[in-house]
Amino acid sequence: MTSAERFRSIWRDPAGYGRSVKQETGRSILGFFCSYAPVELIYAAGVLPFRLFGTRGEISLADTHLQSYCCSLVRGGLEDALKGNLDFLDGAVFPHTCDSIQRLSDIWRLNAGFVHHFDAVLPVKLNTESARQYMIDVLSGFCRELETAFGKQIRDADINAAICEYNQIRKQLKALYAIRSQNPGLFEPSAVHWIMTAAMVMEPAAFLREITAFLDQIRSSAGAAAQTGRKRLMLAGGICTHPDVYDLLARAGADLVWDDLCTGARYFEGAIAEDTKDPVAAVADRYLSRSVCPAKHADITARGRHLVDAARQQGADGVIFLQLKFCDPHAFDYPYLKQFLDEAQIPSLLIEIEDQPPPGGQLLTRLETFVDML
Amino acid sequence: MADNQKKHDPAKKAPKIQAVSRMKEIMTNYYIDAKTAREQGKKVAWITSGGPVEPLIAMDVIPVYPENHGAMIGASKMGAQLCEKAEEMGYSRDLCSYARADIADSVQKTGPIGGLPEPDMLVCCNNICGTVLKWYETAARYYKVPLFILDTPFVHTEFSDSARKYVLSQIYEYIAFLETHCGTKMNYDRMEEVGRLSVEGTGLWQAVLDTCAHRPAPMTAFDAFFHLALIVTLRGTRTAVDYYRQLLDELNQRIADGVSMVPDEKYRLLWDNLPVWYKTRWLSEKFAAHDAALVADTYTSAWSGMLPDMGGQTFLEAMAETYTKVYINISIDRMFDIVANMIEKYQVDGMVMHSNRSCKPYSLGQYDLRQMIMDRLGVPTLIIEADMVDERAFSESQIDTRIDAFMETLKS
Ligand code: SF4
Ligand code: SF4
Repeated sequence: MTSAERFRSIWRDPAGYGRSVKQETGRSILGFFCSYAPVELIYAAGVLPFRLFGTRGEISLADTHLQSYCCSLVRGGLEDALKGNLDFLDGAVFPHTCDSIQRLSDIWRLNAGFVHHFDAVLPVKLNTESARQYMIDVLSGFCRELETAFGKQIRDADINAAICEYNQIRKQLKALYAIRSQNPGLFEPSAVHWIMTAAMVMEPAAFLREITAFLDQIRSSAGAAAQTGRKRLMLAGGICTHPDVYDLLARAGADLVWDDLCTGARYFEGAIAEDTKDPVAAVADRYLSRSVCPAKHADITARGRHLVDAARQQGADGVIFLQLKFCDPHAFDYPYLKQFLDEAQIPSLLIEIEDQPPPGGQLLTRLETFVDML
Repeated sequence: MADNQKKHDPAKKAPKIQAVSRMKEIMTNYYIDAKTAREQGKKVAWITSGGPVEPLIAMDVIPVYPENHGAMIGASKMGAQLCEKAEEMGYSRDLCSYARADIADSVQKTGPIGGLPEPDMLVCCNNICGTVLKWYETAARYYKVPLFILDTPFVHTEFSDSARKYVLSQIYEYIAFLETHCGTKMNYDRMEEVGRLSVEGTGLWQAVLDTCAHRPAPMTAFDAFFHLALIVTLRGTRTAVDYYRQLLDELNQRIADGVSMVPDEKYRLLWDNLPVWYKTRWLSEKFAAHDAALVADTYTSAWSGMLPDMGGQTFLEAMAETYTKVYINISIDRMFDIVANMIEKYQVDGMVMHSNRSCKPYSLGQYDLRQMIMDRLGVPTLIIEADMVDERAFSESQIDTRIDAFMETLKS
């Protein structure tokens, strides 16, 4: 199997991959929903951190626990857990993010029946010294809980090793994004999405091998491809689990060149200081300095500036907002982000995604109209 | 309408609560005061309903509550119109209707009091939700004024020592913020005095709610929704203390005179979540027609839950824990304990849950809470899907039928 094929197969069935890891290695696996889950610490405890994306199937069991006005990530995640689709997990960790995830943690703890459950109640504020100290306290506390749960002492050296490994991964993902931005024609429309999914569930060492092989191969063919001359677009939002969107964008005649998604660029932004005396603080500092998620508070115009800067740097002709229905933090920021883009004369389009993406034909027409207008 | 459900009989109506007119007077004066703050050389701070207002009072800053304003918008049935305006501005229809209505009114100023007085500063405590964080960020960008966030970590299974330390240090940061933006120093004696008044007022509010433990109840949750305004907006003032003392005396007198709010009270219900502000009258008459009184609710009691356990601490120290452990900043299982307590204390026969699409931290988890209440306590529970301010989310005929059906099961 080529690296590309492997990424694709993991993307198609992440749970199948998780189950195979469990069967082959017997190692503990911990699920998480959010880019504020400190994967380095989980990995340092000898546990595989495994990102959850919510089911792609029908919702039936989650309906008895959650009202209809709850985002598809939370509903889909609970559905997967209740259906037994996540039977390879030893438990999950819930870093504090939004109101919906906060309640999902309760419902999950009371109903999902996993052995372990962790709440990492991180600060919401990321711009003060006391918040930093509290973040470090929470992360250290989480380490102690991991030690008790999995019976392995976490030494600073383990955390530093994990930091190095994840920094490598971040570096490669950043390189991947840079190559795509320069040469979008080299990739299948959804290829980067498959890779990002794999990056968040795979064994770090295995992923690093595959991504390195993939990049070597792409680089060797890079000379062949030229600029496509198509319109350059950027995606903005939380999470995108609908690969149709990528194909439709391509069919609408545009290249996707960058994103500001938590399952995209926000995942690999910001390296962690390596080999420090206080690696937990180093992990905290990345969260404090990285571009902020809308469920957290730092500078009140930081996201707007960041989006405009990224769009300019990547030479994007337009931005597509992918808005998960019922996602409050992102919906609250949309008007102001759009205003920032308007002021920078960068056109944008809002697409709201419910459990299922909008019907393909209709979405394609909207995307085509948008691309034509650029 | 079911046959055995009585038509509302105005002649049998309980005498009105006299304190209401005093309350209206206080609130009118308060808003006049807030609207003329500039002329009086005073500063205005917007603050969230669950936020620690006491330092503002001690610094002579006028606190203004956008959520109370949201409730007024709802009660004046202006919610749908303002929410639509917010949607035109790009705010999704799925966002909290307090926030939507208020953001729209900031621009439009057509609400019940012609727009809130503009803030000089913003104080946001996220012990009620993540919505207020985003809402206040929006306000900070719009009004270009300083914003202080008091971050109160959610209490899933424990209130940790590190959380306690974090919140306490923020309380001092909060005071420093006020000192900077008011240009004066905090008077800590005054602060403790305000703290004492706050504790006293909160205790009186609890006593007011407790009168409903009496059978029949001298008032209902619908009255509590109205009388709540002072413990939210004027907590820490003598005005609130005096008012609640007056109200408490009157309610005790009603008990002594055998006056009940629902004339033939037979069924006692517990309400969960925010009121449906534009339908309080309709709902109150609907339940009364079934001889059912809403004798308690989790919403108005959230403020008496703020009664700190002083235990030799200063008010500021006690505040850290109190404000972090408010009703909706805790897990479902902790909520269950509180609800179970209320069910016993107020001798409740059934529970009515407002599944409020505006308020995710309050509403998500209700299905599990209901299941626990039914399984462990055997108390029947009805869920009504609605919204506190946006009338478009209220289906009267459907809710009417559901209440009738629920009351039939209670009666059988
Ligand atoms: S941040 Fe948005 S998408 Fe993520 S869990 Fe919360 S509501 Fe859902
Ligand atoms: S109604 Fe709920 S979401 Fe809205 S401000 Fe109040 S607590 Fe927050």
